[in-house]
Amino acid sequence: MNAIKQEEAPQGDVEALLPWHAAGTLSRRDAQRVEEALARDPELARRYDLVREELGETIHLNETLGAPSARAMEKLFAKIDAEPARKAARSFNLGARVSEWFASLTPRTLALSASVAVLAILLQAGFIADIVLKDRSAEYGTASAPTSDPGVGEFTLIRFAPQASADDITKFLAANKLQVAAGPVAGGFYRVRVADTKLPKEELGRIVKKLQDDKVVSFIATVQ
Amino acid sequence: MQTTSDEVLIGRIAGGDRLAMQVLFARHHVRVYRFVLRLVRNEATAEDLISEVFLDIWRQAGKFEGRSAVSTWMLGIARFKALSALRKRPEEELDDEAAEAIEDQSDDPETALAKKDKGSVLRQCLTKLSAEHREIVDLVYYHEKSVEEVAEIVGIPEATVKTRMFYARKKLSELLKQQGIERGWP
Repeated sequence: MNAIKQEEAPQGDVEALLPWHAAGTLSRRDAQRVEEALARDPELARRYDLVREELGETIHLNETLGAPSARAMEKLFAKIDAEPARKAARSFNLGARVSEWFASLTPRTLALSASVAVLAILLQAGFIADIVLKDRSAEYGTASAPTSDPGVGEFTLIRFAPQASADDITKFLAANKLQVAAGPVAGGFYRVRVADTKLPKEELGRIVKKLQDDKVVSFIATVQ
Repeated sequence: MQTTSDEVLIGRIAGGDRLAMQVLFARHHVRVYRFVLRLVRNEATAEDLISEVFLDIWRQAGKFEGRSAVSTWMLGIARFKALSALRKRPEEELDDEAAEAIEDQSDDPETALAKKDKGSVLRQCLTKLSAEHREIVDLVYYHEKSVEEVAEIVGIPEATVKTRMFYARKKLSELLKQQGIERGWP
């Protein structure tokens, strides 16, 4: 470790970036620099193939490590429940507050707000630059696609057990009269409609509990 | 579909929202577990540690300033917990032989090479790297962390991140060479 700290990287700057280029975590400028170097240097391109090989096998290795048991979550929430109740202290982070506010808006409201904002900016620009935008108003309508009101009903976030087959999941959805509304999203979650109308909290709780007990389900939570 | 961002979840957790904690846990616990497991090389310890990591997140959510991604913050906490656990662990438990049980299930290097399975040999060699080298390789390749994020998680300068990654890869090449795979680099 100490030896490493004292040593300097003996390779070129671009070559040092190859692992991050392969993982797709470089800035656009650096990524372009690496791409240009790869295009003109066959030896660098060969070394990049080695990096990509390492990347693939590192992912493979990590994916074979499995996952913790449900005990980890039970243990965590037992500890959380044992914690003293706290005041609803909120983070003062402005960015998080703004994100939360945006997150609280429905997609339709967001689209409408965005449209209004764009229109306001255009009007302002029009006054300043004296530009007439007669023919462009149609472009600034709502961004929401016409839907059959997909937000109605009760929804849950479900992650299916890794060992569940597509057939298992299909049967599970059919047996419980569930509809996949969206997904998969980050974390492998699906947004699943469990009822077409709003349900009393207790009834929704009973449904979630029943679904939770199915071996096809790895994790389930209600969503507002 | 709109997914609640990690930052928003942290804001809600700071306000005591248990459901937000469940969502955050479900979203990240497997990756955090794997990161910790690769460091401590003991499944039971890793499982205990992730409960502690997420308990810290529950307790410290109000202090999260959003200067980095939530996953970067979490991996930083996880790393600290893992290293603390390693320091507490008796010497005999650090025996690498015990750790082999949880490593890649593929063949040992010789057998794998006999089967000409280069990928399997490479994975075996990845498990033979030092904790320091395993950590950086995992952060870059598996956890998709940028140079800046690795620097923040590990607590080293960005230039050292690049250097350490270089030496980890160099060591990997040496291990592969010992197993009869010559990569022609470095």
